[in-house]
Amino acid sequence: MKATVTVMLKAGVLDPQGKAIGQALRNLGFSGVGEVRAGKVIELELAEADPAAARAQAEDMARRLLANMVIESFRVEVAG
Amino acid sequence: MKAGIVVFPGINRERDMVIALERSTGRKPRMIWHRETDLFGLDLVVIPGGFSYGDYLRCGAMAAHSPVMEAIREHAARGGYILGVCNGFQILVEAGLLPGALLRNASLRFLSSDCWLRVERTDTPFARNYARGAVFRSAMAHGDGNYFADDATLDRLEGEGLVAFRYVSPEGAVTAPANRNGSARNIAGIYSPDLRVLGLMPHAEDLVDPLMGGIDGKPLFDALAALAV
Repeated sequence: MKATVTVMLKAGVLDPQGKAIGQALRNLGFSGVGEVRAGKVIELELAEADPAAARAQAEDMARRLLANMVIESFRVEVAG
Repeated sequence: MKAGIVVFPGINRERDMVIALERSTGRKPRMIWHRETDLFGLDLVVIPGGFSYGDYLRCGAMAAHSPVMEAIREHAARGGYILGVCNGFQILVEAGLLPGALLRNASLRFLSSDCWLRVERTDTPFARNYARGAVFRSAMAHGDGNYFADDATLDRLEGEGLVAFRYVSPEGAVTAPANRNGSARNIAGIYSPDLRVLGLMPHAEDLVDPLMGGIDGKPLFDALAALAV
């Protein structure tokens, strides 16, 4: 299975990178840009063939290493 | 006092830490490679600054899961002292040995400059050679030193007296300009509840000899010289 883990800063945690990207977009003339948040995407190739088990595994990985639960939240998508 | 310095791939401030420790304790610290797991006999474990594992994923995230960290947890559990500076502080929070996290500097810039730290309490193993409320100069050199914790954690740290040092003006005032990385409540360093673990963002080891431009950081290392578990 392939699992995709998306890690984002939690709401309420300052995201200066997102702010800087937003400002740069406005400088390029994209005047309608509101808040911008930047995160990370981690793609995992897993030996596990069962989607539910693969998801559980990826979530465990996210909690223990891929995301820092003090400041970040994550979501997992699984695909065959 | 027997000290050890942990070296991860990408750490680059371990030699400065050797100088500071040797100068104050009179003996060479043991260098501990990150694959070692036996810290028996050490009173103090120091995690120095640098860029462990290239700061991949998050600063300190990889180091926090390396083999030596289990031994460092055991060292903490048996009452051993731990000092983490800069990347060492980041590693301690990633490992959960101290609360909170160190975010990207609010300015997004790497900060390399002097800063001034106020000693928040002096009845600790690390700060007892400073005067109460003393302000001392230190050097910051980091891209991710913006201390963050939720309000409940910050209130607990303050309530339990676990804020070790704050960024202040040279006169000792807690101001926004003195807080260049944007840390919550100007926090530059925190203790564990038993006061045996200190995480500190600026490099106290950079000022331990007049030839370095000052000895502002030396009282911290002098205090460590007398520690024994």
